[in-house]
Amino acid sequence: MSRTAAASQRARFPDPERPQIAFTDVTLDLGGKTIIENISLDVKPGEFLCIIGASGCGKTTALRLAAGLYQPTSGTVTFDGKPMLMPRRDIAIVFQDYGKALLPWRTAAGNVSLALEASGMPSSLRAARIDELLKKVGLPSHAGKYPAEMSGGMQQRLQIARCLAQEPKALLMDEPFGALDAMTRQGLQDEVLSLVEASKATVIFVTHDLEEAIYLGDRVIGLLPHPGRIGIELRIDLPRPRDQLTTREDPEFLRLRRELFDFIKASEA
Amino acid sequence: MIPERAKAFLLPVAVLVLLEIWARAIHLQSDSLAPPSAVAIALVEAFKDGSVLTATRDTLISAFAGLAIGGAVGLAFGIALGIFRIFDRLMEVTIESIRPIPSIALLPIALIALGFGYRMEIVIVAFACVWPILILSRAAIGGIEPRLIEVSRALRLSPADRVRKIIIPAALPRIFLAFRLAAGIALIVAVTVEIAINPIGLGAAIMTAQQALRPDLMLAYLLWIGVIGYLLNTGLVVAQRHLFGRAALVREAT
Repeated sequence: MSRTAAASQRARFPDPERPQIAFTDVTLDLGGKTIIENISLDVKPGEFLCIIGASGCGKTTALRLAAGLYQPTSGTVTFDGKPMLMPRRDIAIVFQDYGKALLPWRTAAGNVSLALEASGMPSSLRAARIDELLKKVGLPSHAGKYPAEMSGGMQQRLQIARCLAQEPKALLMDEPFGALDAMTRQGLQDEVLSLVEASKATVIFVTHDLEEAIYLGDRVIGLLPHPGRIGIELRIDLPRPRDQLTTREDPEFLRLRRELFDFIKASEA
Repeated sequence: MIPERAKAFLLPVAVLVLLEIWARAIHLQSDSLAPPSAVAIALVEAFKDGSVLTATRDTLISAFAGLAIGGAVGLAFGIALGIFRIFDRLMEVTIESIRPIPSIALLPIALIALGFGYRMEIVIVAFACVWPILILSRAAIGGIEPRLIEVSRALRLSPADRVRKIIIPAALPRIFLAFRLAAGIALIVAVTVEIAINPIGLGAAIMTAQQALRPDLMLAYLLWIGVIGYLLNTGLVVAQRHLFGRAALVREAT
C-alpha cells in the first residue's frame, strides 16, 4: 500500500486509493468539554486500523464518530465520500460490552436474525443465512441458546456474527476482547483476522492492548488525552498471515511494541 | 417432622382454633364477630345458593375491565412519554395534577354521569389503574439499556420495529410487574366502590350481610375476598415466572 496523501486524492469518482472513512479536522465537544480535537484521518478500503491510547483519550468517541452515533462539533466525517449524518447499515459496530449489546430475550439465532430483519431479508431466506453465519463464527450448535447461557467469548462471537449479517463494508470494533481472558482473546484475534480477510471489510479496532494493536493492524494510531488528538502513527509491515508465536517474536514486533509503550508512558506523564 | 411448606399454616390454624374455643367459651353474641365455624358454614351456604359466585363475577368483571382499560391507556401514555421526552415534559404538569386525585373522589361525578352498575365502577377502577402503569412503564422504558438503543440505531431499525423489537420486549418484565401491582389496586378499588355505593359485587354483599346483622356472612365474604386477592397475585406471579424466567435469569447473571 502506498503512502500517498489520500486527502488530496479525495475525488467524486471511485478510486481504490480513495479513503473509505475520512476524518477532516474533526472536533467534538460534549458537555462543554473538548473530547476530540482536530483529528484528520483517512482509512483506505480494506485497511485494518488500530487505535490505542491511555484511558480517557477519546478512542471510543472517535469510533462513535466514525459510526455516525455522534456528530462532530466541527469538521466532517465521511464514508465513501458522503458525510456521516447517521449510522449506516453497511457499517457494523462490535461493542465491548457484548452482554448489553445482545437481546437477552432472543436466542443466538434470533440475535443474528435481528440484523437480517433490519435489512429486510424475507423470513424464508433467513434461517439458512443464520446457520451460515453462526458456523462462520464457530457457534453452529448454539443457535437455540440464549446469551445468558453462553460464555463471554461465545457472546462476543455472537455479536460478531450479527455484525457480519449486516454484510458490512466497515467493521468498527470497540475494545471487543477487553473483557475476555488471554487464551480466548488470542483465539478471537485470529478468527477476526481471517473473517476480515474473507470479507475484505475495512476495520477500525479500538484497544488498550498495545500488542493486540500491532498483531492485528496494518496501521496503529495512538491518541493523546485531554483533548484527544493523534500523537503517533505507525505502519505495521509485519508479514501476513500473522501467527500468535512467530509474529509476536519478530524483532520488528518488539521494536513497535517498545515504541508504542514509550508513547503511552510519555502521554500519561 | 412437619413439612417445610406446612409450617406457614401453623400460626393461622392455631389462631382459628383459639378463636373457636374462645367464642364457644363465652357464648359469643356479637354484630361484628362470629366463631370461625359459623363463618365457614356461612361461606359454604353462600356458595350453595350461588350468591358468592354472582358477587364474585360482578366484582371481577368490573376489576378486570377497569384494569384492561386503565392499563391500556396507562401503557400507551407510559410508552409514548418514555420514548418522546418532549411529550413527557409537555404532559408533566397535567399528569402530576390529576394523579393525586383519589379515585374514590370521582364517585359522585361518575354516579351522576353513569349511574349505578358496571360502567361507573369500571371507569373508577380504570382511573385508579392508569397511574401505576403509566408511571412504571415510563420508568421501564427510561431504564432500558442504552446499548440496545444504540444497536437499534446502528441497524437502522424503523421506528415501528424499534418499539416492537427492542423497546417493548426490553421493558416487558417491568411492565408486567406494573400490571401485577395494578391488578391488586383494581380489586381494592372495585370492592371499595361497591361498599361505598354500587349495589353489585362482593363489596355490596358485605354491606348487605352487615345490615342483616349477619357477622358470620360478612366475615365469610371478607375471607373470600382475601382468597381471591391471593389467587390473583399467585396466578400473576406464576405467569411472570413462566413468561420472563429467562429475562430474570439474565438480570441475575449480570
